[in-house]
Amino acid sequence: MTMTETPAQTRRLNTSKAMVEAIAQEMRANPEVFYLGEDVGAYGGIFSSTTGLLDEFGPSRIIDTPISETGFIGLAVGAATEGMRPIAELMFADFMGVCLDQIYNHMAKIHFESGGNVKVPMVLTTATGGGYSDGAQHSQCLWGMFAHLPGMKVVVPSMPADAKGLMAAAIRDDSPVVYMFHKGVMGLPWMAKNPRTTDVVPEGDYVVPIGKAAVAREGTDASIVTISLSVHHALDVAEKLAEEGLSIEVLDLRSLVPLDREAVLASVAKTGRLVVVDEDYHSFGMSGEVVASVADVDPGLFRAPPQRVAVPDIPIPYAHALEYAALPRHDRIEAAVRTVLG
Amino acid sequence: MTADVISSPATDALEAGVRRGLYDAMVLSRTYEEAILREYHADKGPGFDIGKGLVPGEMHLSAGQEPVAAGVCAHLTTDDAVTATHRPHHFAICHGMDLDKMTAEIFGRVDGLGRGRGGHMHLFDPATHFSCSGIIAEGYPPALGAAFAFQRRGTDRIAVAVTGEGAANQGAFHESLNLAALWKLPVVFVVEDNDWAISVARDDSTAIPNNADRAAAYGMPGERVEDNDVEAVYAAAGRAVARARAGDGPSLIEVHTLRLWGHFEGDAQGYRPELAEVPEHDPIPRYEAALREAGVLDDGGVSETKERASARVEAAIEFAKASPVPDPSTVLDYVFA
Repeated sequence: MTMTETPAQTRRLNTSKAMVEAIAQEMRANPEVFYLGEDVGAYGGIFSSTTGLLDEFGPSRIIDTPISETGFIGLAVGAATEGMRPIAELMFADFMGVCLDQIYNHMAKIHFESGGNVKVPMVLTTATGGGYSDGAQHSQCLWGMFAHLPGMKVVVPSMPADAKGLMAAAIRDDSPVVYMFHKGVMGLPWMAKNPRTTDVVPEGDYVVPIGKAAVAREGTDASIVTISLSVHHALDVAEKLAEEGLSIEVLDLRSLVPLDREAVLASVAKTGRLVVVDEDYHSFGMSGEVVASVADVDPGLFRAPPQRVAVPDIPIPYAHALEYAALPRHDRIEAAVRTVLG
Repeated sequence: MTADVISSPATDALEAGVRRGLYDAMVLSRTYEEAILREYHADKGPGFDIGKGLVPGEMHLSAGQEPVAAGVCAHLTTDDAVTATHRPHHFAICHGMDLDKMTAEIFGRVDGLGRGRGGHMHLFDPATHFSCSGIIAEGYPPALGAAFAFQRRGTDRIAVAVTGEGAANQGAFHESLNLAALWKLPVVFVVEDNDWAISVARDDSTAIPNNADRAAAYGMPGERVEDNDVEAVYAAAGRAVARARAGDGPSLIEVHTLRLWGHFEGDAQGYRPELAEVPEHDPIPRYEAALREAGVLDDGGVSETKERASARVEAAIEFAKASPVPDPSTVLDYVFA
């Protein structure tokens, strides 16, 4: 984490306000930045991703769109190729199915297909995750799918300060960036939340480079490598196990593309024991990729077989008891840590 | 509201220079496609191996559809944007793309527009604000974005979005028309109706006979140009471009054009009952005869146009062949800016 300015470290914001602060600062600094999506204007974003921005910037820069994700995400692609810096919001990551072509065949490929001659400097923001009984079509994380498709960076903040710094970095990046905010980390008043969703956020200009993991908690006995809301759960588990004298490291990847494989290796080199926690689906995704990051380079680092805690390969169930059985909650994380510790 | 149908040119007064320009553009485009056809098939044997040769891969050539590109692009400058389709060459050429860079890209060489990363369906040229999409109808939304940027900057630049008639049944088509009309974006939507979505006839895929009627659903003007008539295209495009430049919003033009050759090279077109008669409808000899009749062209003019086109095209092919093949060690480049 780098700071371009060192402000007083006392001001606390929830994640949504931190994210909005970065958007507002970038919009003040650069007239080419605008935000468009469904219910981003007067409503302020269904998950508070744009609260207050309409009042400051008006409807020409904070733009409510028709329910036409292909149309307005494609519009953002075209505006970006002409030098603007659009931020397009896909209300739920689950809605990627109606507009994926513009995302992976256009936004993500034009720079490559043009041999670097055409840049697509845009941000695609989208809400992810479950835990509040929104069912199989409104609860998915899906970052593994975005990360699998080449040409877009994928950032997934878990903490308020990172939400600000990564948003600033995403808007300034000359490549397309998918910015995935978990509803459960936003600090929304109408959803259960972890106390860590409100925290100190630097004021002023603050940028977190994309592609650097953060050690959220240092430890020596085992490593939990994770992202987004699961970072909060992992920290809860690490705190609990500390009472038994166990020293658990928690690594917050913060982005999947680029993936900070060096940070994973460094942590596992220290602890020899790896638990990957991922609220996305188990197979063909982040958890396997993190394990492979170690296995490809130095499988001898593993002093125990790595454990993966993810959503089993089922759609997210509706009933609370079933959903919590599917999500990587504290009980499953703790059990996995105890398994690698033997 | 029913779209106007233009079945005969209302352009008797078109000046000779414009008519000659339309003819020259069509000939250049056809000459180019004939040369690519030759190079494409030169080394596909024995038999036909689509992945073989100096120009590998799918090849969708635009012969027969030149009137659309020539008639529309006559109203544009290279400051205007064009988003084209998987069949993009005629629009690229008529919009003024550098033929050397374009051809080198089609040959997959380092001096190509995309340094060999794109290919013939993925021509991206910042100098002419030209782009393609190989996905049906998905070139429309990025055109809105270019138009949005032009509008925001207070310019009178416009975007032209091209698809085929098969694309008019895609969601992206309708989302784009609605958004462009809603925000009065300076866009001209062009539908090239060549009767065939690969092998499916338009009557078997589309519930109405005239896609220009669909403009009414979005409160914008729609015109259908019959008979692949380049001067009628020119007239309709002139109205639509003027409207867009004046800030009055988008228009839709459908041109009933002709796919002179297959969907792609290697397509035997067994599904096409009128196949034997297709060459009779070639728009270029027809326009040439009309211009001779009108005294705009004579033997000397025709040979001058054809020789100039041929020299330019062959020079581009030579340029492409002389350009190096990309170094495999650079395969990871250009994923991110």
